Amino acid sequence: MYIRSASAISPQLSFQQMLDAPEGYTGDRLRCVEPDYTAMIDPKMIRRMSRIIKMGVSAAKDCLGKAGVEQPDAIITGTAYGCLADTEAFLSRMIGFKEELLNPTSFIQSTHNTVAAQIALLLKCHQYNNTYVHRGFSFENALLDAVTRLREGEGENALVGGVDEITDSSHRLLSRFGLYRANASTATLYETGEKGTMNGEGAVFLLLSANASSGDYAWLEGMHTFYKPATGEEVQKEMAGFLKNNNIAAEDIDLMICGDNGDTKNDKIYQQVRNESFAGVPYLRFKHYCGEYPTAGAFALWLGSHILKTGQLPADAEKLPAPPRKVLVHNHSLNIHHSLFLLSVC
Amino acid sequence: MFKPVCIAGAGVISAIGNDVQEHMTSFEKGEAGMGAMQYLQSVHELPVAEVKLNNAALARLAGLPAHISRTALLSAVAALEALISAGLQDITPWRTGFISANTVGGMDKTEDFYADFMKDPARGRLRDLVHHECGAATELVADRLGIKNHISTISTACSSSANSIFFAARLIRQGFLDIAVAGGVDALTRFTLNGFNTLMILDKQHCQPFDENRRGLNLGEGAGYLVLVSDEVAATLQEKPAAALSGFSNANDAYHQTASSPDGTGSYLAMKGALEKAGLAPGDIDYINLHGTGTANNDIAEGTAIKRLFENKYPKMSSTKSFTGHTLGGSGALEAVFSVLALKFGFIYPNLRLETPMKELPFVPETGFQKGLPIRHVLSNSFGFGGNCSSLIFSKVE
Repeated sequence: MYIRSASAISPQLSFQQMLDAPEGYTGDRLRCVEPDYTAMIDPKMIRRMSRIIKMGVSAAKDCLGKAGVEQPDAIITGTAYGCLADTEAFLSRMIGFKEELLNPTSFIQSTHNTVAAQIALLLKCHQYNNTYVHRGFSFENALLDAVTRLREGEGENALVGGVDEITDSSHRLLSRFGLYRANASTATLYETGEKGTMNGEGAVFLLLSANASSGDYAWLEGMHTFYKPATGEEVQKEMAGFLKNNNIAAEDIDLMICGDNGDTKNDKIYQQVRNESFAGVPYLRFKHYCGEYPTAGAFALWLGSHILKTGQLPADAEKLPAPPRKVLVHNHSLNIHHSLFLLSVC
Repeated sequence: MFKPVCIAGAGVISAIGNDVQEHMTSFEKGEAGMGAMQYLQSVHELPVAEVKLNNAALARLAGLPAHISRTALLSAVAALEALISAGLQDITPWRTGFISANTVGGMDKTEDFYADFMKDPARGRLRDLVHHECGAATELVADRLGIKNHISTISTACSSSANSIFFAARLIRQGFLDIAVAGGVDALTRFTLNGFNTLMILDKQHCQPFDENRRGLNLGEGAGYLVLVSDEVAATLQEKPAAALSGFSNANDAYHQTASSPDGTGSYLAMKGALEKAGLAPGDIDYINLHGTGTANNDIAEGTAIKRLFENKYPKMSSTKSFTGHTLGGSGALEAVFSVLALKFGFIYPNLRLETPMKELPFVPETGFQKGLPIRHVLSNSFGFGGNCSSLIFSKVE
């Protein structure tokens, strides 16, 4: 499958800006750099949309625009948390007003399929429309849906996205689980050997196509997910199996994009994999660009696609001897949901 | 054309029964599941179709702790029944997936948590929040079933679990999986009840789908799962599967976030697409399990789409939501189970409480229970908020 275009609303303004100087953050969370939405969406509609809907719809429209596609053959999103701001608004009002005096708007926009539905509504697109909500597999399953649908011969392309937002309440709640480090910095995220990471968010869309075209960003050669590996050996076995299925050896990989997030326990598995199975393979960690969140895999694919298309890496990355031709993405969420993507230059 | 994927097992729990057998009995007796709230706590006096077991009883059936979300408990009960009924001796040699769906995950517990959290952000028991995400219920059940090779959760409002069933079939057909337990669940929550109440589409009486004087829907809860198997797995089964998923389609109405278009564009496209995928003509369908929520808007949109697609060859049809209420993320899967039973036993389910047929429509849903009919192809409709429309076709395995 070919990645014809990729767009992101993320804590980074653009890939171009990352080539000059990636945006840095301190504290325990990263925030999306939001564009002027009026260029993308009818101002009358913007007023009714919550932040995640605006981010999702804008990234989707930008992605279609870059691909030169007006109507995609499928719209498929992944979101672990869904539309949190609307969910919280309805929930707190329901509790606060003892189930009286409620307004339907936030309920209507709280359903997990809202972003995909709003894209369809805006485009008047009657095609296939689906939403996956499985934690750290949400985006990966959306992508698998797109890939298997295209393989089935249903449509020529599919718009696939990963969308998750941070709200003040959700950040407060997730913080209570001890996930974040209070005074962290993206500049030193991986170096401190401490517990906790930085919270992240993003809206990333890819236009996946069964056929090659001239402006393609990358070729998605393969993908694989695995759930709750019991040991580091199991992770390495899964990764070796993935390489074998794609007829490639570890030394053929020019760049690994890895999901380390600065939490010592979380990062141990990435280090083990790199040291034992991919020794000598250059790698780039990406969570200091986007933060840690369940659909961050989408950001990694966006990043990998841009690196392959331009042959360039973000300014803070170690230089490679030559523009990479094969990129392997390895990401995991809480060591429960692991995902692998193999990308090639087009 | 799609090569059908065999269905080896089914499990279901809803207001009309805790397993498949109890459902068949309730259908035959015409006993609906709506009533006053027993377990759901709300200030509103509205009929709901609750599963007639408390969480402690469900936990015993599920083999899971009683303090977790009712969503996970309902899901586990039906998924376990489905897997056991498939008669697979051992799933470990096969690549097995669990593909579920729901709309509000562990919201039943989050509601309790949030009331404390609103008073003080440091308060609220985290164990009531930890399974909030839609995917969390799926994982509790996947772990209970010992399924690991593929796990996913879909959420497209009321069409959610119809999508999980065809996604499972596609993963099997393309060789990703050998066995998939696929379906969906939703437990009743105050969040959903109040949400639908603000939309003013809840019936204060027992709902009357496809009736001229219909007033709205009754919310229900439940879970349904099918076990889909590859041809290789099917060949190992003692009992030959009676039914297969032969067609499916997903389309979007792209009209309004919650309302269906008057001509039911999305519904029409979903049904038409499913027929094409199955290589069937409208006249081949013997029974339609309607989405039939009982709202003014859904039933006219769905009815208009059926009128356009089936013209003068109307199959028998009914809305089993007149028994189970609308189980939202569970409904597509519950009705998939009922469709499979219709093929296996030749059932036609009654559309309860139908008094005055809709005057805009040239057909009338069935009002009596029938069994032993020669039913070869069943169409099941699931349409939801966000314009998400899905139709499944189940066919008898000859």
